[in-house]
Amino acid sequence: MKTHHINEKGYYGEYGGAYIPEMLFPNIDQLKEQYLEIIGDASFQEEYQQLLRDYVGRPTPLYFANRLSEKYNTKIYLKREDLCHTGAHKVNNTVGQILLAKRLGKKRIIAETGAGQHGVATATVCALMGMPCFVYMGEIDMKRQAPNVARMKMLGAEVIPSTSGSKTLKDATNDAIRDWINNPEETHYIIGSVVGPHPYPDMVARLQSIISQEIKLQLQEKENRTQPDHIIACVGGGSNAAGAFYHYLDEENVNLIAVEAAGKGIHSGESAATSQLGKNGIIHGSKTLLMQSKDGQITEPYSISAGLDYPGVGPMHAHLFSSKRAEFLSVTDDQAMQAGAELTKLEGIIPAIESAHALAALEQKKFQPDEVVVINLSGRGDKDLETYMKYFDL
Amino acid sequence: MNRISHKLQENKKLLSIYFTAGYPQLDDTKTILEKLEKSGVDLVEIGLPFSDPLADGPTIQASSTQALKNGMTTEKLFEQLEDIRETVSIPLIIMGYFNPMLQYGIEQFCKKCAEIGIDGLIIPDLPLEVYTEEYQAIFQQYGLQNIFLITPQTSEKRIREIDEASKGFIYMVSSASITGAKNSFGDAQEAYFERIDQMKLQHPQIVGFGISNAETFDKATQFAKGAIIGSAFIKHLTENGTQNINSFVEQIRKSN
Repeated sequence: MKTHHINEKGYYGEYGGAYIPEMLFPNIDQLKEQYLEIIGDASFQEEYQQLLRDYVGRPTPLYFANRLSEKYNTKIYLKREDLCHTGAHKVNNTVGQILLAKRLGKKRIIAETGAGQHGVATATVCALMGMPCFVYMGEIDMKRQAPNVARMKMLGAEVIPSTSGSKTLKDATNDAIRDWINNPEETHYIIGSVVGPHPYPDMVARLQSIISQEIKLQLQEKENRTQPDHIIACVGGGSNAAGAFYHYLDEENVNLIAVEAAGKGIHSGESAATSQLGKNGIIHGSKTLLMQSKDGQITEPYSISAGLDYPGVGPMHAHLFSSKRAEFLSVTDDQAMQAGAELTKLEGIIPAIESAHALAALEQKKFQPDEVVVINLSGRGDKDLETYMKYFDL
Repeated sequence: MNRISHKLQENKKLLSIYFTAGYPQLDDTKTILEKLEKSGVDLVEIGLPFSDPLADGPTIQASSTQALKNGMTTEKLFEQLEDIRETVSIPLIIMGYFNPMLQYGIEQFCKKCAEIGIDGLIIPDLPLEVYTEEYQAIFQQYGLQNIFLITPQTSEKRIREIDEASKGFIYMVSSASITGAKNSFGDAQEAYFERIDQMKLQHPQIVGFGISNAETFDKATQFAKGAIIGSAFIKHLTENGTQNINSFVEQIRKSN
């Protein structure tokens, strides 16, 4: 059967794999050999589900957005990942990975972060489990996202500035990988998105797949069907989209819509629309689409949203793009900011600017009045208040 | 016979030097190579700079960033090396990350290397399995030896597999680290060097990472065929430009 899931060699079509230095081989190999067994284990699932319920606050609601639906003359549901503890879907993954790290006998946790959401979600579960936590963050991002740096510190994590290269997310990821090379025995690296060497993209997708699992049950209750007509999610590295799409990947009558950040415009030179601007290559151990120079040097992306400015996409998304299983749209800074303001006014929900990109797809697509559209509202906008204030002169 | 294999038969401990092409100045490549050969270095690794060198420490990262700023590209490096075999005869290896080579085109890249007289490649993020399945035939067609890394964490079974797939030598990473992280060897490293020596592999080992002076060179080559110096040489270039390369090499070689 044709499938859009990962194959036994760790590839989605031609994308994925593990292009890693030999120094990382023992750790990646151990993960590859054990992740399915650990995640599938009954005691793991029991602990994971219990934490998702009692600590994260799941299931998150599937909310029928009445006024938004009226405006766009279709049936719009919002999957409320913004109501998760710590304010975004990122914590679904970190809860799972910290339980996995414990079962692997690891004693020390490292992570990378861009905007700080994954860093906060990692620092949170490390506090919960009493594990030492080291978060790499680009020096420039640390200045842009000072409140999240403070949250991580309060949670007991050490935030280490990345000063190499462009001093942003990709460099923080490089530094986390270097830390793992230097500390191969007792450290687990919690990657925050569906990127990196196999098995990370699949592991993170599975830990985020709770999102689409819940959508199915909730739609059954509300619409008496498990499938929406369309699911819309924003894509930086692509973890919230992977979670929202996961259980629908092989249900081809469900239209998957991935929304990338066009920044100041796809051809402005300041964009993060990887599917439009990228070419096949290797980034952070994975063969995927990435933004790069003609010479194969990785270029720095731009978006007003700090969570979407990654120069690649996860290999699952590269495959969904090239196989045309998903439709890829791109949304500019301005369009996203307007969509964020609109949701706030119509529904009383201030979305993260990442999620506002998904909402902005409503202006680009025309849906039928009886179609069911699910938008994954991946995070809340508290962290973006300063950007909203500046943009709208509040 | 490939120049690397030939060199490995010499009855001496081999000194290999790494430098980043395009650093400190864009056009230093040829000068550095000629001076290294004159100073008695046995083989050289020419670093093709990459924006995201994830196995490298701050020294080599900074030299790569600077080299790219200076305008170094794959095409430019090949231009600089066009006539290198008129003046340099020691084995030359290109060391670089996989993405720039992929973008150049692997077959095209190998062909160009063969035309210039490059003897081998070290590609830290091209794993054994992908190499043997997809690229080995092309590398061999153009007479390029692919050099693999092993580390203290590499299992015995995997070391044997790597030995089987190797040509030339095995690059033995001295400790669990990125480049330039450590500058002395403890008991753990010595035990590791000895353990690998006792495996009696088909291919000789050259030790890299953590070698910066005569003392570490001597320790590393007590069991291995040779040793590689990278970050320490980059530091020398930062401080001296292309001057005094001879005295840098002499210092390392003083006891051999």
